[in-house]
Amino acid sequence: MAWIMDFYRSALGKKAVMAITGAFLFAWVFAHMLGNLKLYLGAEHLNEYAVWLKNLGAPLLPYKFGLWISRVLLIVAGWLHIQSATQLTLMNLAARPTGYASRDYPAAGYASRTMRWGGVIVGLFVIYHLLHLTVGAHVLPVKFDEGDVYHNVVAGFQVWWVSAIYIVANLALGLHLYHGLWSMFQSLGLSSTTFNPWRRNFAIVFAAVITLVNVSFPVAVMTGVVK
Amino acid sequence: MELTAKIPAGPLDKKWATAKFNCKLVNPANKRKYDVIVVGAGLAGASAAATMGELGYNVKCFVFHDSPRRAHSIAAQGGINAAKNYQNDGDSIYRLFYDTIKGGDYRSREANVYRLAELSVNIIDQAVAQGVPFAREYGGQLENRSFGGVQVSRTFYARGQTGQQLLLGAFQALERQIALGRVKMYNRHEMLDLVVVDGHAKGIVTRNLVNGKIDVHAADAVVLGTGGYANVFYLSTNAKASNTTAIWRAYKRGAAFANPCYTQIHPTCIPQSGDFQSKLTLMSESLRNDGRIWVPKAQEDKRKATDIPEGERDYYLERKYPSYGNLAPRDIASRAAKEVCDEGRGIGASGRGVYLDFADAIERLGRKTIEERYGNLFEMYHDITAEDPYEMPMRIYPAPHYTMGGLWVDYNLMSTIPGLYVIGEANFSDHGANRLGASALMQGLADGYFVVPVTAGDYLATQMNKKVSTDRPEFKQAAADVKDRVNRLLSAKGTRSVDSFHKELGSIMWENCGMARSAEGLKKARKMVRELKEQYWKNVRVLGDGDEPNQSLERAGRVADFFELAELMCIDALDREESCGGHFRVEHQTADGEAKRNDNDYLYVSAYEFKGDGADPVLHKEQLEYENLHLATRSYK
Amino acid sequence: MPGLNLTLHIWRQKSRDADGNFAEYKLSGISPDASFLEMLDVLNERLIEKGEEAVLFEHDCREGICGSCGMMINGIAHGPIGGTATCQLHMRHFKDGDDIWVEPWRAKAFPIIKDLIVDRSALDKIIQAGGYISVNTGSAPEANMITIPKQVQDLSMDAAACIQCGACVAQCPNGAAQLFTAAKISHLGLLPQGQPERFDRVQNMVEVMDDLFGSCTNFKECEAVCPKEISIDFIARMNRDWIQAKFKGRKRAIA
Ligand SMILES: Cc1cc2nc3c(=O)[nH]c(=O)nc-3n(C[C@H](O)[C@H](O)[C@H](O)COP(=O)(O)OP(=O)(O)OC[C@H]3O[C@@H](n4cnc5c(N)ncnc54)[C@H](O)[C@@H]3O)c2cc1C
Ligand code: HEM
Ligand code: HEM
Ligand code: SF4
Ligand code: F3S
Ligand code: FES
Repeated sequence: MAWIMDFYRSALGKKAVMAITGAFLFAWVFAHMLGNLKLYLGAEHLNEYAVWLKNLGAPLLPYKFGLWISRVLLIVAGWLHIQSATQLTLMNLAARPTGYASRDYPAAGYASRTMRWGGVIVGLFVIYHLLHLTVGAHVLPVKFDEGDVYHNVVAGFQVWWVSAIYIVANLALGLHLYHGLWSMFQSLGLSSTTFNPWRRNFAIVFAAVITLVNVSFPVAVMTGVVK
Repeated sequence: MELTAKIPAGPLDKKWATAKFNCKLVNPANKRKYDVIVVGAGLAGASAAATMGELGYNVKCFVFHDSPRRAHSIAAQGGINAAKNYQNDGDSIYRLFYDTIKGGDYRSREANVYRLAELSVNIIDQAVAQGVPFAREYGGQLENRSFGGVQVSRTFYARGQTGQQLLLGAFQALERQIALGRVKMYNRHEMLDLVVVDGHAKGIVTRNLVNGKIDVHAADAVVLGTGGYANVFYLSTNAKASNTTAIWRAYKRGAAFANPCYTQIHPTCIPQSGDFQSKLTLMSESLRNDGRIWVPKAQEDKRKATDIPEGERDYYLERKYPSYGNLAPRDIASRAAKEVCDEGRGIGASGRGVYLDFADAIERLGRKTIEERYGNLFEMYHDITAEDPYEMPMRIYPAPHYTMGGLWVDYNLMSTIPGLYVIGEANFSDHGANRLGASALMQGLADGYFVVPVTAGDYLATQMNKKVSTDRPEFKQAAADVKDRVNRLLSAKGTRSVDSFHKELGSIMWENCGMARSAEGLKKARKMVRELKEQYWKNVRVLGDGDEPNQSLERAGRVADFFELAELMCIDALDREESCGGHFRVEHQTADGEAKRNDNDYLYVSAYEFKGDGADPVLHKEQLEYENLHLATRSYK
Repeated sequence: MPGLNLTLHIWRQKSRDADGNFAEYKLSGISPDASFLEMLDVLNERLIEKGEEAVLFEHDCREGICGSCGMMINGIAHGPIGGTATCQLHMRHFKDGDDIWVEPWRAKAFPIIKDLIVDRSALDKIIQAGGYISVNTGSAPEANMITIPKQVQDLSMDAAACIQCGACVAQCPNGAAQLFTAAKISHLGLLPQGQPERFDRVQNMVEVMDDLFGSCTNFKECEAVCPKEISIDFIARMNRDWIQAKFKGRKRAIA
């Protein structure tokens, strides 16, 4: 415990935590995206997949147990990620109390400069998203059907502003990952002349895939490709 | 005052051992009871402060910079000599000793120089152990290059930053002692006077450059490593803040000043490009390894360098000095450049420049090799001149660079004031009338790491329970003097800026006490300097207050001292009726314009004793004895 | 008037606690061959002529090596040309009629002393925490006893080139001293001589860095303005060494 505290006390430790949790979140979102692709195969496939998710690990594990493990991991990772992000952000704001009257950025791209807001947007989105599709609170005019995930999704996306929220959120996520998926290697010290060019490519490819695929769902529904 | 050099008896190669053995020792347990003030944290100061801290002394270190790592030593590019003989090209301690004496035109002490050559070897070991990243061969061993005035490769270097890397080594050692509490560091503190009590150096007066506070500090011994005074010429290769104040104040408190007129003009600097010019940039001497120096044969030949055919070029160094060619020593190379320019064959708009051409080297070795060797120097040149030296030859011209003169010290590096030690460029010890390239870093570090930490003990051992308190009248007086000077500068409220005066002083010295000196020029110069100094105190304009950061005030004090030093330089240059090394008297030259030394009458070190403002200083002579080398006319032909 | 005519907006601040403001100066006839600092010299000479106090700025070598100089020029540390210190920035890189904004380094760890001069002693504190190899004078072995592969020493030299100017801190949106610290750690950590203290060094120096400066979110701004073009790969190297050090257990030096 003392060791962890000592590790986490340093900004470098927080960064490492952020990188690892970030990597986990990324892996999860990527898997999630793959699963969601079943949307294109039709209702029974997606619903069947949802059921499968709930039976994850069965018969070894009881109903929904596997799911809860993943949820716990997710909550912990998300929490650590946000906590370290917040603490570092405060530290950095304190390190430069007064800014510059004229400021130029020769190197830092848009993505790197929007990490914080991008993250927050994604965070808010997740909450909304959970209400929409997991809890099923009455956040939208259509009725929620625990058993029929396909319906919940499609019905939701048929409302234009719901789709809009998803699209915006996923663009934000894409930007976040574009910097993050490169940055995490740097934070963990995974750097070598031969492998460095690939860090950039890795970030570009995965950020792009996740964004495009995720955005494609609401678009597909609204354009009637999926109904 | 009599000058006793304290050179130990016995054979040359036993002298340093003998001296160390004769030094009284301070018992380890007692060392912490001694306070030592080190002024300066260049190679000399930082290495001395760190080492004395390691030994256990209580060290206080003062610099006017915001960090010790800024010291002017940082700017050294080319390299540092050491008699390692790694290249197996016949080098040896004795040869380094010989080259340095010869390079200094037989005006330095054999014993000091031999010790320097001996210690050169330990310096490299020490630096490497500290993590100084010297250039290496593919096999992993240290690499060497050759430098001016020698025919062996004994120069160690770290890219174009040898000075920075060596200083970082000493600086880091110093920071370590600071962290351990052995050294107390005073950044942004300028020493403005030396405090002498009963004839012994017992403290200093400083001005805090942030809040202007004048403080006094007492100690059992004072070490000055405050650098050279080439900025007396205003335009020089020295850092802007380099100045003479510390040693000048010591001189006025009774320390003899030796060979003030021995100044080195470096042959390869970027020529002045306008009157806004604030300093001149050195292009490392190492460039002369592969660069060829030439001017057009015809006068006023204004064609582009590349358009001038081989046949119409005069590679004058190769012509005049076949055996050393472009690697002729600095004083000779500089004077040769001046000659061809005086003949009207100089290049560039001002006609004050010669070419340093790499075309052949690039041809022979390929651009890549040249890039590896001089890449950053070429870039620097490109940045400054907007000309690409890979395409066009560099334009270079001599500029004031180094001062061999400095406070007189004995073999133990103690000045004529007991308890005042002087190290590095601030003393006169090892380079005679001309310093060979890559030997100043060597001297600074030898003094700081290996000599003064030992020899200071010899004095300190005699100072047990002789501490003085800063309540002594001597301290109060010195502090009052400093305050008074500061106020006089602030209250002159004249019309001319400090810099305008400094520039004028510089051109007087450059014209009359520079590369070529004549009796009547020097007499004239001395008069002009005096007059300008009068002017200065009446008419200088220093704005702002004394109790805040005030750079005009800092400079004003330094320039005031430069005036007095300049006069002493002229006096010394007048006295020395010969030409030797960096000191060239037009009255004393051979038919083909080479320096004509006079060993019968001038084989001595000139040491001047201060006799009060306005009064002429008294010249004391330390006769130089050559027991091992016979005096020869220097020839690089 | 021949030469450049410029409008300067320069931060003037009397002392650490006084509040400052931008003063506007019109400057004419500046030679394109002058360096940025020489341009300021000209300004100062004219100010003194008019009886106004000169603008204070730190400088010494004017060769881009001592690290004394440095200011924000139009929002970029050391100005628009990468890989140069302010003293090596020449006016030919500006156009006639340009407006130039000049500000001091800004960071909590760099309090302003006056005008454009800031106190950078925080960087020395990082060195004091372990930026050295503990070897007393005299105890060094023969220099060629340990051979070092040329590539290793070259890499170490790349890091050692740092001139401690603080531009990385000034430019970093987080006010982080990562590049400086990483350069120092890598310079020594790469060399065989630096191994014995390698893992204590990184932990001790990072600890002090954490106390005084911000943290790195990999903006790469530092690298872009570093006069010695020191690469952020060294930051990754520092992170790796630090994490390794933690797993090796605190304050244990096993390479
Ligand atoms: C451009 C250039 C290149 C060079 N290249 C080489 C080379 O390649 N090889 C070589 O051997 N030599 C070279 N030299 C010469 C060499 O660098 C210097 O002679 C040497 O570094 C001087 O070191 P130092 O420690 O004596 O003084 P400096 O390094 O000048 O240090 C002076 C110190 O004293 C302090 N100080 C001065 N006055 C005061 C005061 N009044 N109060 C408080 N502190 C004070 C300063 O803050 C500074 O810390 C070069 C010189 C120049 C100018
Ligand atoms: C409320 C939610 C979030 C916030 C506030 C947030 C914030 C941040 C911040 C400030 C950084 C640091 C930027 C940097 O160091 O370069 C970061 C990095 C990162 N984030 Fe997030 N983020 C959030 C959600 C996510 C999600 C959902 C993912 C993945 C799907 C993610 C993946 C990453 C990755 C991979 C990094 C790189 C880690 C590193 O740079 O060391 N983040 N995040
Ligand atoms: C358009 C893209 C997306 C679609 C179509 C989608 C669809 C779904 C669906 C249908 C569920 C409910 C599954 C079930 O209850 O069985 C779900 C749950 C979830 N989604 Fe998404 N999602 C998308 C994007 C995202 C993004 C970008 C994130 C995170 C950054 C995310 C995070 C979650 C989380 C945390 C859950 C809860 C998982 C659980 O129940 O444990 N989703 N998503
Ligand atoms: S890393 Fe570069 S920018 Fe930072 S202090 Fe060193 S030289 Fe300056
Ligand atoms: S700019 Fe700052 S964020 Fe990191 S990469 Fe450089 S320190
Ligand atoms: S003045 Fe020395 S680096 Fe600019």
